[in-house]
Amino acid sequence: MLEKFLQTLMDGLAVGSLYALIALGYTMVYGILKFINFAHSDIFVLGAWLSYSMAIMAGLSMQSAVPVAPWIFAALGAVTVLAAVMQAWDRAGYDRVPAAWRGRLPTPGLGGTLTIVSLWGWSSVGLAFAARMIATGAAESSAWRTVAGGVILLAAMSTCGLIGFCVERTAYKPLRKAPRLNVLITAIGVSLLLQNLGQLDWMFGTRPQGMPRLLPDVTLAQFAGSETVPPVKLHLIDVVGAGTAVVLMVALDILVFRTKLGRAMRAVSYNDRNAALMGIPVDKVISFTFVLGAALAAAAGFLYAQKYPGLGQTASATWVLLGLKAFIAAVVGGIGNIRGAMLGGLLIGSAEMFARAYQSPSVADIYVFGILIVVLLFKPTGILGTNAQEKV
Amino acid sequence: MASLWSRVTRRSAVGIGLAALSVGLLPVIAGAGRPADKILVGHYASMTGKEATFGQSTDNGLRLAIDEINAAGGINGKKIEIITYDTKGESAEAGKAVTRLITQDKVVAVIGEVASGLSIAGGAVCQQYQVPMISPSSTNPRVTMGRDFVFRVCFIDPFQGFVVAKFARENLKAASAAILYDQSAPYSKGLRDEFKKNFEKMGGKVVADQAYNAGDQDFSAQLATIRSGSPDVIFVPGYYTEAGNIAIQARKLGITVPLLGGDGWDSEQLAKIGGDAIEGCYYSNHYAPDQPSDEVKAFVEKYKKAFNGQTPDGLAALGYDAGLILADALKRSKSLSGKDLRDAIAATQNFKAVTGTIGIDSNRNATKAAVVVQMKGGKPQFVAKVEPESQPAKK
Repeated sequence: MLEKFLQTLMDGLAVGSLYALIALGYTMVYGILKFINFAHSDIFVLGAWLSYSMAIMAGLSMQSAVPVAPWIFAALGAVTVLAAVMQAWDRAGYDRVPAAWRGRLPTPGLGGTLTIVSLWGWSSVGLAFAARMIATGAAESSAWRTVAGGVILLAAMSTCGLIGFCVERTAYKPLRKAPRLNVLITAIGVSLLLQNLGQLDWMFGTRPQGMPRLLPDVTLAQFAGSETVPPVKLHLIDVVGAGTAVVLMVALDILVFRTKLGRAMRAVSYNDRNAALMGIPVDKVISFTFVLGAALAAAAGFLYAQKYPGLGQTASATWVLLGLKAFIAAVVGGIGNIRGAMLGGLLIGSAEMFARAYQSPSVADIYVFGILIVVLLFKPTGILGTNAQEKV
Repeated sequence: MASLWSRVTRRSAVGIGLAALSVGLLPVIAGAGRPADKILVGHYASMTGKEATFGQSTDNGLRLAIDEINAAGGINGKKIEIITYDTKGESAEAGKAVTRLITQDKVVAVIGEVASGLSIAGGAVCQQYQVPMISPSSTNPRVTMGRDFVFRVCFIDPFQGFVVAKFARENLKAASAAILYDQSAPYSKGLRDEFKKNFEKMGGKVVADQAYNAGDQDFSAQLATIRSGSPDVIFVPGYYTEAGNIAIQARKLGITVPLLGGDGWDSEQLAKIGGDAIEGCYYSNHYAPDQPSDEVKAFVEKYKKAFNGQTPDGLAALGYDAGLILADALKRSKSLSGKDLRDAIAATQNFKAVTGTIGIDSNRNATKAAVVVQMKGGKPQFVAKVEPESQPAKK
């Protein structure tokens, strides 16, 4: 009996740590902007699919290596040229332009942002190529495969961070002063856009694909077991998955609670207008929050694809349900509370796995949603949430 | 003043333009009903979604057949035109797609779907409007049951369940089996019922009977239960995405016995997802590309030529056969009315098709043989053929 309990607990923590990683993005954005970023779970899906694409490009699957789609270079090149033009425009300013043109030209000040975007894009591509070089150089060595996997993880996090940045700047920032409902609807729109873009043939296509295994399938430890009772197996992938998740969460916790930037994030979350008066660059802090959340979601996507290699297409119902569970984890832990999201993720993951093992897989979701209902009834702010006074 | 004037003229210009456009469109709208030189046939299929390869393969096969018919002169001088709508693998979308095909595009017949749940939804609409429908590959008995306008060109689950049970008992000498099925899909549930019934009747023992829901990613709880029953084979009558995932997780738990499946496994993505884990597993299918048959050989060659060297899967073969049988019925039909066409399809007998010699029986199902294939080196290879004569009489 103990074996089954241990195995289930391990599975629950492994899945729960992934939920927690996704939940962090929901909770951070809610904490700062007080709206639910429904496109967040799609960033997670993109993370999984980008990891797949980069692994294929690096030649880590059974098939031969696939060249990088030329449109990526074309798009990045276009952004780079635009960035250079806008930089020049920023320098020139309105003064050197004939008065008649002034109303028709864009306001200066975009050069810096575009330069960041293009440099960021190129470095993501560079990381992907680094993974490819490692993979081709290493041939069949499984240790180097794992190293290539680590680089792919970084590349996916960087790319998704960039996507999160662009989404915030183009879709949410213009609506900063609009009613919250508008932003919420926009978030749903962005979510649908990402889902359907991912289905296009020049993106990921509609076919489910198998993620190449980048970690050797090793059993690290084996406990107990007899002829009738199967032993508890501790797989490398679960340890690496949960370990990466824990490292990222600890890093985030340090960042938010121990650094100046983290203090700025908390200040903006507490009251953005006062934070601005105190000289905190609110826009930068908000962008940074989105980037951080998206990068964590991408890491979760990569780890999830390693654990469950069959990737459904980006609009598949499987992803929607996963995103929903991560969102529930954020609410159960107390939305807006970072440690709450981690606790909520582990709680939801464990509840799901215990229900699967001890009752039936078909009723597992009832427990997940049941926890949500109970928490909302008895502690509507979530387990670690505090009662915030609504400012009028 | 100038700006005001230009605004007025711009607006009226737009108005005039719109008026001209609508006048110009009128005859187009009126004539949209049914072009005289064409026979419109609708196809609803999962072109995107979780079972996207099903719809895409079927559409390829169907279009290959129709292109051949058209190249040979069409139906009494008229060309057939296919209109394909995507169902995304969802029943609600299937109903909408078929309604649109019938009421707006006015098709004479409908081809589709692959997944039984979707064919049941689409079939209800076809029956209501009395337009004949041919499902290329839905194997659940309920698809054609009580619907005299709905046909199929594939065998049905009772037969497929019987084929797999017989293969497990006789060829693999399995004494015990476990089942892991998708309880949200009628197809999977039907296969599980028939396999269980037949396997037990042949003296085998079902040691574990576990279920999952479509879209589940983690099967470790079910597989742990199955492992403790130590079966000789595991029957997984689901679709290929889940089958691949299940195989990987089973091997991870140390389960080494072969997995068996039905035609829902038939996709080139199965090996891509399952990788090494799916090697050596078996599934029953409508045809195998390396089957010893002239029709199959000719079809595989034509298909490879048309679609960049892709090897056709069973669904492509059935899409092709559905197209051939519809064209044959269209040639024999007295008119293009739904009732005449239905009678013509129902009269199909001894039709030599790629997936076997097809006859439509009184329940509007096809009677023909099934094959069992094994995954070897990432490709399905022909192992055995099971004829319908040996099927036990239905109660």
